Amino acid sequence: MTFNKSLLIPLGVFALMVVFLALGFGLKDPRLLPSVLIDKPFPKFELEDLRQPGRLRTIADISGEVSLVNVWATWCFNCLIEHPELLRISRETDVPLYGVNYNDENAKALNWLARHENPYEFSIVDDKGTLAIDLGVYGAPETFVLDANGVIRFRHVGPVTPEVWRQTLLPVVEHLQGMSDG
Amino acid sequence: MVRVLMAIMLVTSVNCFAAIDAYPFPDEQLQQRYNGLIDELRCPQCLNTNLAGSDAMIAQDLRREVHRMLLDGDTDDEILSFMYERYGDFILYRPRLGGGTLVLWLGPLLLLMLAAIAWFRLARAKPKVLEISSDEQARLDKLFVEGDS
Repeated sequence: MTFNKSLLIPLGVFALMVVFLALGFGLKDPRLLPSVLIDKPFPKFELEDLRQPGRLRTIADISGEVSLVNVWATWCFNCLIEHPELLRISRETDVPLYGVNYNDENAKALNWLARHENPYEFSIVDDKGTLAIDLGVYGAPETFVLDANGVIRFRHVGPVTPEVWRQTLLPVVEHLQGMSDG
Repeated sequence: MVRVLMAIMLVTSVNCFAAIDAYPFPDEQLQQRYNGLIDELRCPQCLNTNLAGSDAMIAQDLRREVHRMLLDGDTDDEILSFMYERYGDFILYRPRLGGGTLVLWLGPLLLLMLAAIAWFRLARAKPKVLEISSDEQARLDKLFVEGDS
């Protein structure tokens, strides 16, 4: 009796389905959206400084060296979780950290910074969420790594834990710093 | 009594409107385009809800942005592109053709073609005639004869 090769077809189809389902359900978090802004310049903005009302900040204030931009809010619970690490980064490294205070109230935000300490060089008031929309932000916290030319090179969604900093963000920062030095 | 009840219902039902951000539009056509757009755009924070059906903060912000752009005179295409440039393929329920979405668009067509080919071949295939040797034929005849008697 000869072996009928067409019997293998259902097996092949099954294997293909397994591969697709594994890719779709197993390997990645469906809540993480791939960012379309990687390698694009940081969006233009002209927004008030949280601690100096009336003073407008623009992209010129945050470019020049490799930097971090962190989107935060007082209503954001995970921002509190990452806060100690952000404080540590601002104390122990020379990477400038800028805040985007997202959909918040200034009084609450100032209060929050006073209570938990301020890790940011300055925070931009984005109370309408317009800069956040330009950044493709869909929740807080989110952290962007910018190169010296103000181009977005990396985006992290969720709290910056010590592990995230060590394993993900710091290597990116060091790589970019090496590039701009050389 | 009925009037009192109706009055109470009228007053308490006002609360229902509180959570919905209804934007005013100067004409019906803009309103319809707005409804269409927030129906078609997916809320980036929710896994499977459109902007119209979500109460998430980002959905509220994006609805406000759609409203603003419509009043500014932007076309539907410009608004969808604006969203696409910021949030990528995820935000469009009808993703654009290209790159990774090619599989989405052409996959079903490909499967249909495969099915058609398979069906065509099955339909054309002639039923196989089993060939048996003369020995086997003799045995078969014998079995038939025995069965009859």
